[in-house]
Parts: sequence; C-alpha cells; structure tokens
Amino acid sequence: MYDLRTAAPWKYFFRRWKGVFIGGIIIFLVIIFSYIKNSAVTEAVLASAVRQSTPLILGALCGLLGERAAVINIGIEGQMLLAAFVGFLFNVWTGNLFLAVLAGVGMGALLGLLLAFMSVTLKIDQIIGGTVINIIAIGLTGYFYKVGMTTKGKLQPIPLGPLAKIPIIGTVLFNNPPITYAAIVLVFLVHYILFHTRWGLRTRAVGEHPRAADTLGINVYFMRYMNVIAGGAIAGLGGVFLTLEAVGSFERVMTNGRGFVALAVMIFGKWTPLGSWGAALLFGLTSAIQTQLQFGGKVNIPHQFIGMLPYLLTIVVLAGLGGRARPPAADGIPYEKE
Amino acid sequence: MTSEQSSKSSSRNGSNHLLKRVWYSTSVPVFAVLLALLIGAIILLVSGADPLQAYAALIKGSFGNTEALSRTLQKTTPLIFSGLAVAFAFKAGLFNIGAQGQLLFGAIVAAVLGFGIHGLPAVLHASLALLGGAFAGALFGAIPGALKTYTGAHEVITTIMLNYIAINITDYLADGPWKDMTPGNIVARTPKILDTARIPSVAGLPLGFLIALIFSVVTWWLLRKTTIGFEIRTVGLNPNAAKYAGIKVAKTIILTMVLSGLLAGIGGAIETQGVVGRYQPGFNTGLGFDGITIALLGKTNPIGVIPAALIVGAMKAGSSQMQFSAGVAKEITDVIQALILFFVAADMIVRWLLRIRAAEEEKVTLSTGWGQQ
Amino acid sequence: MNETFALEVKNITKRFPGVLANDRVDFNLRKGEIHALLGENGAGKSTLMNVIYGLYTPDDGEIFINNQKVEIHNPHDAIHAGIGMVHQHFMLVPVFTVVENIILGSEITKRTYLDLNTASKKVKQLSHDYGLVVDPDAVVEDLPVGIQQRVEIVKALFRDAKILVLDEPTAVLTPQEVEDLFVVMRNLTERGVSIVFITHKLKEVLEIADRITVMRRGKVVGTTTPSETSEAKLAEMMVGREVLLQVEKAPAIPGDVVIKVSDLVIKDERDLVVVKDVSFDIRAGEILGVAGVQGNGQTELVETLTGLRQAESGTITINGTIMPFQNPRVMIEAGIAHIPEDRMKHGLVLPYSVADNLVLCTYYRPPFARGIERNIRSVYDNSERLIEQFDIRTPSPLVSAGTLSGGNQQKVIVARELSRENHLLIANQPTRGLDVGSIEYIHKRLIEMRDSGIAVLLVSAELDEIKSLADRIIVMYQGNIVATVDADKISRSELGLLMAGSQVANIPSLN
Repeated sequence: MYDLRTAAPWKYFFRRWKGVFIGGIIIFLVIIFSYIKNSAVTEAVLASAVRQSTPLILGALCGLLGERAAVINIGIEGQMLLAAFVGFLFNVWTGNLFLAVLAGVGMGALLGLLLAFMSVTLKIDQIIGGTVINIIAIGLTGYFYKVGMTTKGKLQPIPLGPLAKIPIIGTVLFNNPPITYAAIVLVFLVHYILFHTRWGLRTRAVGEHPRAADTLGINVYFMRYMNVIAGGAIAGLGGVFLTLEAVGSFERVMTNGRGFVALAVMIFGKWTPLGSWGAALLFGLTSAIQTQLQFGGKVNIPHQFIGMLPYLLTIVVLAGLGGRARPPAADGIPYEKE
Repeated sequence: MTSEQSSKSSSRNGSNHLLKRVWYSTSVPVFAVLLALLIGAIILLVSGADPLQAYAALIKGSFGNTEALSRTLQKTTPLIFSGLAVAFAFKAGLFNIGAQGQLLFGAIVAAVLGFGIHGLPAVLHASLALLGGAFAGALFGAIPGALKTYTGAHEVITTIMLNYIAINITDYLADGPWKDMTPGNIVARTPKILDTARIPSVAGLPLGFLIALIFSVVTWWLLRKTTIGFEIRTVGLNPNAAKYAGIKVAKTIILTMVLSGLLAGIGGAIETQGVVGRYQPGFNTGLGFDGITIALLGKTNPIGVIPAALIVGAMKAGSSQMQFSAGVAKEITDVIQALILFFVAADMIVRWLLRIRAAEEEKVTLSTGWGQQ
Repeated sequence: MNETFALEVKNITKRFPGVLANDRVDFNLRKGEIHALLGENGAGKSTLMNVIYGLYTPDDGEIFINNQKVEIHNPHDAIHAGIGMVHQHFMLVPVFTVVENIILGSEITKRTYLDLNTASKKVKQLSHDYGLVVDPDAVVEDLPVGIQQRVEIVKALFRDAKILVLDEPTAVLTPQEVEDLFVVMRNLTERGVSIVFITHKLKEVLEIADRITVMRRGKVVGTTTPSETSEAKLAEMMVGREVLLQVEKAPAIPGDVVIKVSDLVIKDERDLVVVKDVSFDIRAGEILGVAGVQGNGQTELVETLTGLRQAESGTITINGTIMPFQNPRVMIEAGIAHIPEDRMKHGLVLPYSVADNLVLCTYYRPPFARGIERNIRSVYDNSERLIEQFDIRTPSPLVSAGTLSGGNQQKVIVARELSRENHLLIANQPTRGLDVGSIEYIHKRLIEMRDSGIAVLLVSAELDEIKSLADRIIVMYQGNIVATVDADKISRSELGLLMAGSQVANIPSLN
C-alpha cells in the first residue's frame, strides 16, 4: 500500500480505478460498434441512459454527502418519493414548474433535517431512521394522492446551441432538460466542495474521525446536519425529476427502488462524485437497454425478467465490491460528545 | 455486599421490581401508539375529516362484532410472522427488509402446492403446502445471508433488491406457467387452492392465528433458552466476542437468515391458505414492511410481536369500514403506522415526555458500513 | 508570591454519574517548565486535562492563563487561549495526509479553494524550527506511531500553542523513541513552551519533570520535585499505601513442552507479512514473556495461536497434536485459555449478564446445556461460585457486565478462562488500564497458574511487567523474534534496546 501511494499520482489513480477504466473502454467500443450498425437507436439508448442516470446520480450524491459526514441515509427512496409528490402537487396547484421544483427540493431538505434530527440528535440507529422516512413517505403520498390530479406541463429539453449538433455527444449530453443538466453540474460541484474546500475537508474529517475534528473546534453535529440536509435537497431534486421532467405525473411508489439503487451506485463509485457518476451512467445504460429490449420487441423474454436487470446488477455490484470498498471510518456511528 | 445479601434484597423488591420492568418495557410502545394516533387525528382534521368518527369506525370495523374480530385475527396472522421474521434477524444484528420477498415466495409456493396436488387428506395437504411455503421463504432468505458472509454485501440493500426480484418472479409465475386458466380470467393470479389445502377458521377463530401464537412461543424459546439462541444473540451483540468464544459467525448469520426467511415464508403461506385462497400479485404488498414496524413495536421480543401485530392487523381490518362510513382514505393507517415506527424508534422522545429513564436491556446495533462485517 | 503562571486552575470539580472525577483540584504550570501529572488509571488526570481543553465542562472551578481568568467552553476556546493537547489516542484522521491533518480546523484558503501548498510550506518551516521532521504529503496511516505523535505536536504548534498537554505520550513508544521525545520536550521548553506531562510511569517522571503533582481518586495528593522524592515515595503517593514494586515468585520448575510453534508466517488485513518465521516453545510451569513495542506482530501472533486468525504457513503443536488454524473452538477444547488484549472487543459481551459472560466459551457443554437446551440454573450456580472464588465485585450475577468497573470486568474474564481445564494460558496485555490493586491481583494469579503446572504466554508492552513475571523472554521486532533470553540475565535497558531493534551482538551481557 505504501509503495502505491508514493508512486506517481496518475499511476495510483489508474490502479485504484483499473476496473472502471477497463469497463469503460469495453463499453465505449460496444457503443462505437452499435453506432455503426444502427446510429438512431444507439443515440436514443445513450440519451435515455443519461436521463435514466439522473435520479440515480442525484440519489448517490445525497447518499455520499451524508456518509462522508458519517450519516448513512437509507431513506433516499422516501425523500425522493415525497419530494416527487410535493413537486407534483405544487405543479397541480400553481402550474409553475420552477416553484414546483423548488417545493420538491425543499421537501427533500426537510426530510434531510428529519433524518439528521433522528440520527445526530436522537442517535437512533441510522438504518431504522431511514426506514422511518421511507415508510412515512409511502404513507403520506398514499393518503394525500387522489387519482385524477393532472399536471400542467413538464420540463422540456434545452438544446445548448451548436454543442447540441455534435453527433452522438451533442444529442446525448447537450440536448437535455434542466434537471439532467443540473445533475451533471452538481457532480462537479460536489467533487470540488468535497475535495478542494474547507467545508469538504471538515466534512471528511467528521466522517472519518469525528473526535479528532471535535478536538480542533469543529462542530461535528453542525457539519452532519448541514451535509444531510444538503443531501436531502439533492435527493429532492432527484424526486422532482421523476414527476416534473421524466413522467409528468405522479404514481404511487413511483420511485421503484431508485433510492436504494442509488446507494449501490454510491458504493460502486467508492463514495466519490465522479466515480458515482460513472456508476450511475452504467446503471442508466442498463435501464435504457432494458427499456429498448422491452419495447423494441425483438427479443422474446418475459418482461419481468428484463425488469429485474437493474436490481440484479445492484446485487452483483455489491457482492463484487463488498469486501474491497472502504466506507468512511465512522460511517453509521452516532457521535457522543463525552 | 455478598451475593447472598443481594439475592435477599432483590427478592424483597421482587414484585415491585417486576411491575417496574413491565412499565419500562411497555410504556414506550403504548405511548408511541397513542402519540401516533394523536398526530394521525391532526392529519385527519387538516384534511377535513372527523377523527373521532374515523377512529370509531376503525374500532368498530376491527373489534365491533365476532365477524370483525375474526377478520382482525385473520389479518394479524401473517403480520405476526413477518414481525417475527424481522425481530428474529434483528437479534443477530441483521436488518431483514427482505421479509416481503420471502413472504411472496412462501405465498406462491403454498399456492402451487395447494392447487397442484390432488387427493391428499386435508391435514396432510395443508401441512405440506405450509411446509413448502416455509421452505421457499427459507431458501430465499438464505441468499442475502450467504451474500453477506461470503462477499460482505450489506443485507439491507441486497434484501431490498431481492424484494423487487421476488415481485418480478412471482408476477411472472402468476401470469405465466401457474396462471389461472379459468375461462374469462384475464388477471395474473393462480387458480384457487383446493379446500384440502386451506387453513380454516373454527368457530370464527382462524387456526392460522393459533399456529402463529405457537411459533411466537417457539421463537422465544429458541432465542432465550437454547444454545442456538445464545449464539445468535452473541453474534448480534458482539460479533468479535462471538468469534472469540468459538461461535461460527458466518454459519450463524446464514442460519439466522434462513430461519427468518422461514418465518416470513410461513406468513406468506398462511396468507394464501387462510386468507386469500390463491396467489394474486399485489395482495400481499406491504406485509414485509409492516413486519419492521411490528418487530420494533414489539421491542423485537417474539412475544411482544403478538400485541404489536394485533394493533396493525386491527387497523388493516377496520380500514375498509372507516373508508366506507367515515369517508377517510385507507392509507391513513399507513401514515399512523409510520408515526408509530418513528416514536418507537425515537423512544427518547417518549421517555422524555413520560420522564422515565431507559430500561436496562440488550440493545442490538445493526451492522454499520456497507462493505465490512 | 505573585508569580505569573502559564496556566493555573483552582478548585476544579467534575462529577460523572456515580463518580467524583475531579474533587476541588488546584494545579499550576510555570512558564517553560515540564510539570508531570502522575496518577493511576482513573485518578482523574485525563479528566482534568479534558476540562482544561474544553472537552468537559467542569461543575465548579476557574482557569487562569497568565494570571488572567479565562472561560473555556470548547476546544476552540482552548486553542484560542494557546493550549495544545496531544491525546493518548491520537486525534489524527488516518486517511488524511500530514498537512491535511495539521490544518484541519485552521485551514488556509484562497477564496474557497483549500490552499495546501502554502500550508505545506508553513509546516516545513515549523518542522525545521523545532527539529520535528515530518513529510507534509505522507498519509498518516502509513507512518509509524512515533512520527504520528510528532505530527500531533506540530499540529499544536501550528496553532501557536504556548501550553502543551501530553497525555500518556510514552505508552506507545519504544524506549528509544521515548528518549527522542524527551529531547523534543526539552527543546520546546527552551523555546518558551510550557508542558504538562501526564503519565503513570514513575521512572519517566523522575527523568524529565521539573515538578511532579500526584493525583489519587480525583484529588491532588501533593506536588514535589524529582530531587525531593523517589520511586517508592511516588508510588505510595499514587496508590495510598506501600506498594511492592517487585513481584514475589519462586524459580520456575519447567515440565514437558506444552506448545510448540514452528516457522509461523502471518499476514495482516492489508496483506503484509507481520509475523515472519516465528518459532518457540513453552513448557508446563513456565512463563514465556513476549516483549516488544505494540504493532510488532504480537497481536497477530496471539490471534493465530488462539484460532482467531489464519497463518500463511508454519505449525502450532499442542501436547503433540498439530492444531488447525482459524478454529477458536478447537483451541478452547485443547485447553487454551485466552485473556484477550481488548476486553471490550473480544473478552465480554457487555449487555450480557455476568453469569452469561462467565460461560461465554463453555455455554454449549454440560452442565450448562443439554442438547441444544441451556441449563440456566447451572449457569447461575457456576457464576455464584466463580464470583466468590475470584472476588468479583458485582451486586448480582444477573447485572450486565457493562455496569462493572474495568478491574472487575477483567476479573470476570480471568475467572472464566482460569476456571476451565487448561494446559496453556495466553494473556495479552492483561493489566492494561487497571488500577494497582487489580494489577497485583492478576500478577498473583498468573504466578499461581504457572506454579500449578500450566504453560503461560504473557504479552505485554510494559517492560517492568515482563521483567518481573516472565521466566524466559522473547523480543519481537518487526515480526521477527530478535532475541530469546532468560529473564534474570538481561537488564531493563538492554531489553529496551532489543525492542527498539538493536542486534543481540551489540549487547555485551548476552555474548
């Protein structure tokens, strides 16, 4: 391990992410090949992959902000669901998409506050705390949702001028609706904050060795609260993506496990924003291919088996990485001051 | 103080002490339920309903007459099993969110044995279907256990993923190979099970409920009075000490998940054999998640699970009546359940309200972190 | 006298539930002096320093810096007042680099950007000024303990600390590193830093301190200077009665070989070889001491011997039978008793009752179980017997082990392990963190075990403990056994040299 660290940084970087590099190259080659065979379908699948990855990366960013500060957030699913519903409601009531997004994000942050209160202040087992949020979200959305509510429009793609005209890349990356852009911006923003700012250094310290941070005058509780709340807001954005950008309406339990898959994405990405983005794109690609298979109508496999793919992939990823991935040292452990 | 003196003094305070212990261990769940009902009432008020009318209808629909009571016990039965499944895994420090999936497999396997096998006498047929369901649940429970011990994949995520996989597989089976081919049927569901496979009610008392009570006691005995239970609890409280004591931690984790899946599987089988009469997708959703609330409300004690399941079962049984006569959406019971879970988990809040201090109890910490064991 | 003290506390009182940790404590620190705070574990030294550093809020009392009264409510206030603390368990983030650890909480930024380059330069300058060489870009978890401690000191200096509190700084160091630390400490005082040196080691106090304050049971017993006192006097002040510094024992009468270890190679979690071709044997009726600074392979060696860890190669033979690896149950059945290094982690299930903890390794055997059914009655009877026999102070066998004091928890473990039929006792740091009474008790028991014909393996980082208890000593350094010597043929300082990696050839008395 020691010699690895003293090796040239790029070498260290390469070795750490070896699997990802090799996987990336293989996927890249497959994409090129399929593009040559059928460019329209390939573009459609890739664009769909990017959009399918949006709620996953937003959920993963929520998860990793919390866990970098040592709060496990198993309630991402519930945060997304309730935020999706509140965003939907605001759209129904006001017809204003911007307000609706804001409301959803606010709801996510509020649930972040609840999780922080449970895990930081009350010191409830964090996995139970997250489960409370999930069950509350299912209950509240189920109770308040009335069939027949209709939305007033959804967020539309915004082509980024000439960039959108580049083959493949243009259609895939620069012709997206706003929340998908926001997700990509957030990936880099969270990366910068986590690894290049005072806030990030303190957050990571609180997640690794809270007592050390405490002895240096850093308020452990405050850092945890703020990161979990910020995470909740980001998960909220992932939720409103579903109602206001992807589907345009609300259905009961429409998150469908995305909040949990997001946690696997985060682990696969080794608790880093960039790594998680790569993992989210991989999951998005699986979902996109799955949709393509389901509705392309060329293969004759029962749709239930195709529908299982993302969940199976999640298990495979966890099983493959479980022993090797290294979470923040204090992850999941409440901090006792004395 | 010598031990002789201390045993004398403890026996002198014996009855007093017992009362105190009962108060410590039941006050939090009881007040959690009351608080949840109170906040539920506020939500009802806000959404324009009359809480008193709604709760009255809820009680009438669940305990109002023998028929209602019988329905409550019927609804309670699978809940006891899913509660036991979650509580049992909890003792080994495992959070089995996958009771749902294990239950689905138990339900569908019991159904296929129930409609697929002909000519067996009733007791034998019903037991066979029940055992089949138990076995299916156990097998499906073994997967996350094995994944955790051999790869370190955290059971919380794998069990949730397995829930979705279970939904897909059982949907496929009920819509494909095991579909009800009765003319006119277009829904995905299995045929009705034979009467010989049904677990009947006797004088309004569902036999399944009795089975559930027996299993609660057996589970309690297993955990408290046997070496297996000692091993499971040791692993849950301190896996390092368990290893030191020569307990095979990996084996214990898998065994716990198998038994937990077995309990959930029986719950699913009884739902099929005693309530629904066939397997139909969507009829069992939520039972596994209810198990989490019930296990925590019952303080993860197999006996405590019974009253906890009864409360949730009553809400389920009475919710239709409430919807019918008070015009309140059924889902309010989900909200109340979530609030119960919150207040039980956040027992500090209740304790603070009641000014009681924490009882001295074995508190399991669920495994933290994702890749570590 | 109107002297200006760097730090002065008056009348500090701190209560914890059931304990008066500090009882009206007065203490002062002159400018540029090294003031030792001496006391047993649990005497209240660390509590006092945590009060001064703002980690605990005292129930009563005042703190003065340079004769000015200050209010210290949190570490931030303490840092602001010029107090730096090096904790017994280092407060370093293992995965951070040295510079990241040093600047944490006092970061240098350009707008929002974390400016590590400027910080590195400042750290290098500090290292240079005080002669504390550290590489700012090294990752802390890769550094040896001695260097990590240096990082802690630089961390305090980076915050312009004028008062430095060192909490048991020598516990984890080799004798050589202790000497280096003392040089650094003198160096610091010459530059105007005042040092509080917390320890329970008498020899070190006499060597380095300018003044010595002794605490016992939350109270200050007295303050003296090295020239006015002696080891024996200090020990008496610490414990409150006369203490035998030497353990009494008869010469060993070794019998047959009980355990034979051959060419054992062991890797740790990071896949590094931490025990290299280790071989030794222990006879019935003798104590083999394993000396060495922590982290030289002793932990892994003990874990392998007790079945908790896999070995790469080599064999363990007990009474002529080759044992399998990684099977603690087989080792227990073969008659190995194990007093583990970390009693909280391995030794006890704290929420369990004392009675259940006393059968932790034998719960499955008759009379404690028949088939799979436990016999709760006989578990209870067993506990009553052992509680009396081993003098465990507990209100009842049914209270949870977590409610007992550290010394009594250790007694529960000792009672459990020694009450079985044993051939070999493996004791790893059996007295760490205990008070003198408990230490004496455990030493006596170990000797008794030896005299009853049991082979004993004693691992300890305390030189004096090894010296006084062991019949033979092996010294471990970086996973190797560097020497095997008779305990009475080697001096304390020679042992220290071996532990620090000196060759046997360089030690005259061994040649």
